[in-house]
Amino acid sequence: MPWVLIVAATLILPVVLPPFRLNLLGRFLSLGIVALGIDLIWGFTGLLSLGQGIFFAIGGYAIGMYLQLDSLEPGQLPEFFGLYGVKELPSFWQPFTSPLFTFLAIWVIPALVAGVLGFLVFRNRIKGVYFSILTQAALLVFFNFFNGQQKLINGTNGLKTDTARIFGELVGSDAMQRWLFWVTVLLVVAAWFLCRWLTSGRFGDALVAIRDDEPRLRFTGYNPTAYKTVVFAVAGAMAGVSGALYTVQSGIVSPQFMAVPFSIEMVIWVAVGGRGTLIGAILGAVLINYAKSLVSEALPETWLFIQGGLFLLVVTALPDGLVGWWRQGGPRQLQAMVGWPPVVPTYPALDLDPAVQAEAAELTPPPAQRAES
Amino acid sequence: MDLLYETLFNGLAIGSVLVLAALGLAVVFGLMGVINMAHGELMMIGAYTTYVVQNIFKASLPEGLFPIYILVSIPIAFLVSGLAGLLLEKTVIRRLYGRPLETLLATWGVSLILQQFVRSVSGAFAIGLVLAVVLGLVLPRLTPRAWWQQRWTPILAVGNWIVSGLVGIAMAAVLGQQRALDEPWFSARNLDVTAPTWLRGSIDLGAVNMPTARLFIIALTIVSLVAVTWFLQKSVWGIRIRSVTQNRPMSDCLGIPTEKVDALTFLVGSGLAGVAGVAVTLLGSVGPNLGGNYIVDCFMVVVLGGVGKLMGTVVAALGIGVLSYLIGSGSLLLLWPAMPSGLNELITFFATTSMAKVLVFAIIVVFLQFRPAGIFPPKGRLVEA
Repeated sequence: MPWVLIVAATLILPVVLPPFRLNLLGRFLSLGIVALGIDLIWGFTGLLSLGQGIFFAIGGYAIGMYLQLDSLEPGQLPEFFGLYGVKELPSFWQPFTSPLFTFLAIWVIPALVAGVLGFLVFRNRIKGVYFSILTQAALLVFFNFFNGQQKLINGTNGLKTDTARIFGELVGSDAMQRWLFWVTVLLVVAAWFLCRWLTSGRFGDALVAIRDDEPRLRFTGYNPTAYKTVVFAVAGAMAGVSGALYTVQSGIVSPQFMAVPFSIEMVIWVAVGGRGTLIGAILGAVLINYAKSLVSEALPETWLFIQGGLFLLVVTALPDGLVGWWRQGGPRQLQAMVGWPPVVPTYPALDLDPAVQAEAAELTPPPAQRAES
Repeated sequence: MDLLYETLFNGLAIGSVLVLAALGLAVVFGLMGVINMAHGELMMIGAYTTYVVQNIFKASLPEGLFPIYILVSIPIAFLVSGLAGLLLEKTVIRRLYGRPLETLLATWGVSLILQQFVRSVSGAFAIGLVLAVVLGLVLPRLTPRAWWQQRWTPILAVGNWIVSGLVGIAMAAVLGQQRALDEPWFSARNLDVTAPTWLRGSIDLGAVNMPTARLFIIALTIVSLVAVTWFLQKSVWGIRIRSVTQNRPMSDCLGIPTEKVDALTFLVGSGLAGVAGVAVTLLGSVGPNLGGNYIVDCFMVVVLGGVGKLMGTVVAALGIGVLSYLIGSGSLLLLWPAMPSGLNELITFFATTSMAKVLVFAIIVVFLQFRPAGIFPPKGRLVEA
């Protein structure tokens, strides 16, 4: 049933929504992939990475470089090189003339970078907040590097992709964007299946064990480093794919993809949606970004307040996010609060017995303190 | 030789700002295990406090007193930032002890709110906010007590805050029509703090040119360091703080008020951020993004130095300072003119401030491969848990 809905929605939405909104939805769905990756490493494995922007941007730059080169006549250089007096294509640009290489680079390069970075960190048993801080520092390193290298990758300005052509069609055109939307939906579903497959078997059990009690897993004879490295690399690859999709749909890739706040925002999508629930990550990414674009259109000053409030709310009141709250019977509790308790499945006679109820009322203190604090 | 002194001085100058900024973080992170991402914003509050103090001195006090405004603003900034930190601890962080990742996210949220608050605070906004808070606290007292003992009380509590928030927003919107009240206090622009004349000159010692502002920051850093060390080692509350750090349940049993100790530690740490904010105003303009520029550096300093060690923080910060200056200014080339050309190119490649940061952070990550717990790792087996 849900699958029918998804297929129907993907077919109908491009007709119903204006191109601008469709493009936004496509972008946010592609962000759902990076959120799935974060869910994999944070929700299941307990590694809070604040540096997913690195892999996201690498994926974006890979496709950006390909598109820059693809729409050129032979012997020409991308326009911006002229501004900095670069006469020859830098060597690391060369392979990106090949579509096959680019297709691989989008996910293999981020996965490799993540794997190496992860291995170096996990090997030393650096974990918890230290891991978070180190990933954030790594993010800053990459940000400064990409930002400062005008001659290599056009520095702060980034690479524009919407005027480039692919299969003879402008990347920014409506028809192309519709195709990209469908590709995005397909890839989101594929990513969801990949994550479900990873988290359901023994591998998934090992990940949850790492999150819940790593020393115990190690003493049982497993090597957490290998698991963590693999899962971090997978999350990196997903971030790369997500970044590539986001780039072609937003029309530019710039070092802002590696800005520190953006990577932390990614974490909050997962937290609001529900960490440890795969569908929650996608939902969170789409919902929050839609809210962001709506609020920023209407009242741009309030968005940071709302976002900050979301961080606080999720951490203090909804630790399992919206999906987690729903699954743990949140609506039933709400229903019970407004004086319409749901039917209790066990011992109804006991629950309804006035003597038992009076005793229970005596044992539990009235919730008066809660209201005052 | 002069070059060596110059490098040392400039490195020391960069490093001392880092020490000052990271000192509060080291206290909070090292002693309480709390990741305070809002530390940079507490610095920002300190910087804005300096700006306000300066304006008060300019506007309403005799001109002769103006040169000392910076000295006056140090304790005031300590207090303002400290109280902001105390409020943060009482409302948010208190609920999150022992869950560092959650604290990280929550304090990041607080830092976003603080940034936007500074951008958009105006007379109308402030009145609306105060009204909302007062209403939210007072409404429960005005309603029948029995309402607050029902099973729907949580919904009522949420509704209470929503209603007071809406009233506050409405109030702000109404007052905002008045021109005078709608004017933002600081706005999103960067503001400049004018350093008093005695901090604008420089002293020449040999061939080394030492700006007095830098010297002032170095002196301020030393004073803060000595004060914090004295506080933690000698004062009664410092000893209590250390005892709670070492063994919380046992300290509790021995009658140390651990909650008060937590609050005090956070107050001191946040206050130090405020002092760092004063120092930062001498180096550049004051803006809402000021905190974000420092926070990652500060965390690197604390991690590199080894958590819980003030000495480690100092060594790490000075090391990073000297190294950044050495790489960023390209003075290695001057020290060793005859180096092979490959190395030469490499060093020129990294000889800008942002590229120096790239290299320094890379070096730190490599260093942590060999000493995962920092320069001065905490001793004992407890830390491995």
